[in-house]
Amino acid sequence: MHAMVYRGPYRVRVEEKDAPRIEHPNDAIVRVELAAICGSDLHLFHGLMPDTRVGSTFGHEFIGVVEEVGPSVQNLQVGDRVMVPFNIYCGSCFFCARGLYANCHNVNPNATAVGGIYGYSHTTGGYDGGQAQLVRVPFADVGPSKIPGWMADEDAVLLTDAVATGYFGAQLGSIHEGDVVLVLGAGPVGLVAARSAWLMGAGRVIVIDHLEYRLAKAREFAFAETYNFTEHDDIVVHVKKITDHLGADVVIDAVGAEADGNLLQHVIAAKLKLQGGSPVALNWAIDAARKGGTVSVMGAYGPMFSAVKFGDAMNKGLTLRMNQCHVKRQWPRLFEHLRNGHLRPSEIVTHRVPLEHIAEGYHIFSAKLDGCIKPLVVL
Amino acid sequence: MAYTRNKPPLPETPEQLRARIPGWGVDLDRADRPAVPRERFDPDATGAHWDVPDQQPELRPRERSVEHARLTPVFGTAVPLKGVSGAIRRYSYARFSEGRAAHWLLLILADRVDVVESTLSALVAGRPDNPVAETGIRSELSHHGWSSRVGRGRADVGHLVLDPVVVAAPWVVGGAAVVVAVRAALRRRRA
Ligand SMILES: NC(=O)c1ccc[n+]([C@@H]2O[C@H](COP(=O)([O-])OP(=O)(O)OC[C@H]3O[C@@H](n4cnc5c(N)ncnc54)[C@H](O)[C@@H]3O)[C@@H](O)[C@H]2O)c1
Ligand SMILES: [Zn+2]
Ligand SMILES: [Zn+2]
Repeated sequence: MHAMVYRGPYRVRVEEKDAPRIEHPNDAIVRVELAAICGSDLHLFHGLMPDTRVGSTFGHEFIGVVEEVGPSVQNLQVGDRVMVPFNIYCGSCFFCARGLYANCHNVNPNATAVGGIYGYSHTTGGYDGGQAQLVRVPFADVGPSKIPGWMADEDAVLLTDAVATGYFGAQLGSIHEGDVVLVLGAGPVGLVAARSAWLMGAGRVIVIDHLEYRLAKAREFAFAETYNFTEHDDIVVHVKKITDHLGADVVIDAVGAEADGNLLQHVIAAKLKLQGGSPVALNWAIDAARKGGTVSVMGAYGPMFSAVKFGDAMNKGLTLRMNQCHVKRQWPRLFEHLRNGHLRPSEIVTHRVPLEHIAEGYHIFSAKLDGCIKPLVVL
Repeated sequence: MAYTRNKPPLPETPEQLRARIPGWGVDLDRADRPAVPRERFDPDATGAHWDVPDQQPELRPRERSVEHARLTPVFGTAVPLKGVSGAIRRYSYARFSEGRAAHWLLLILADRVDVVESTLSALVAGRPDNPVAETGIRSELSHHGWSSRVGRGRADVGHLVLDPVVVAAPWVVGGAAVVVAVRAALRRRRA
């Protein structure tokens, strides 16, 4: 089968690889129809995530057709069209039983701190991902859902991560009616978080980025008030000025490990890999939140330490909330929001790249060329 | 400006927001949000029909965190350990917990070594790497590399020059390692 393969920092290619096999009785093999490249994949692509092995296949957002099922699979049949959450999880451990699917204890031998994720390095379990013709889907009775007949494929693939995560990020902000919500990062996750904040009754939604074209999308897709941090000497002071010097009630970090805005921090973390991630956006979040406010961290950081301003978070009495998203837990509500038009995920898709050209897809998304917001990979 | 007890007025009323934004407030009830409460014990909701999952066979020794009591019932089998990078990774998993910086720094070192090893073995196997194709750099021409960056005040343009350095770094590290190893070998032969 053809699969995207990592060759080293900033380098990927398509290779002929052995087709995945059923390795456990509850496995399924899915023939991928549509996949996506996530902002998280860029952390791998840039060589930031420890134990990212050359030869591994990325991709944790995908939909497809069930090609084969293991002997214990009951809920799926060959030929079913499925959407697969980015989490790999057993459904039966201490954490899964409590709804913490992203924190499953039974699927990642490499790290206890991290759950299982498709195509996301050995630090999340060493599974190949869905930017390939075929993919092994463990616990087929637990993760995948059949795609409802009314749902568009592009919406379905976005629900496997970006949309669920953005919505989850807004929820972790515990938004009250009338709250001022600040979203850092206008990528797919930030855009959906901003849009979702309104559904939860936000009184004002502010989005910050440095890419004008993404801020334009934040105004149009998420009805947000936007600011470009490069146009302000100190963006945190600006946020204070526009919030009566109190700060935002809720701040959502939708940037993560490769945050820009401070060259030194970015280089130390993203280029030299000497921190778990560039803490610029997270520190802005801590500084821009009002005392007693909530910071919701959706941005992904590596497992190593980062220079986070913990003292301020403590002195301000902030609530810090964060996790990988438990995707399937969000789906019933998100399906409703799609049906009644409150969320239109496919509006953020800008590029559709055939698998054979995936190297260009990575570069365009990574370098933010050509107005790229969300690239899909077409199989 | 005096600091008072009142919440500052919002630019728009709920009625205005509801009129402007489709779905404003439909998830207002905080108790009725899908991620609330954070932990909700409901083992029947997941689709799992086992108490403990079957064990996936360990066909070759599988490295694992020392913080785990056992090999997890299911695990990934992509790219098993091999070569020098494999030895570094194996050592890192066996020796250091996830709490130790050494664990992660060794894994990152192994990642750089892996690039050198894999590039050389691809060359030997007749599937050499093509940096131009693999970096997707041609899209700079087809997808407006220049106009996407210039004059747009982007914050990431300042460190653009470092990207080639990151691509080349494994070679610099690997090359230095080879030089050191060869010199050590020569010294040993002379001694
Ligand atoms: N928690 C989860 O389950 C989960 C799931 C998916 C993605 N993520 C993470 O969410 C983050 C965002 O994902 P995405 O797909 O939207 O990525 P993306 O790269 O498209 O978006 C990140 C945005 O942040 C902007 N940015 C950079 N520095 C900034 C700063 N200092 N302040 C404000 N904006 C800044 C960038 O210009 C970019 O537009 C990533 O770190 C990703 O790994 C987490
Ligand atoms: Zn993702
Ligand atoms: Zn589990």
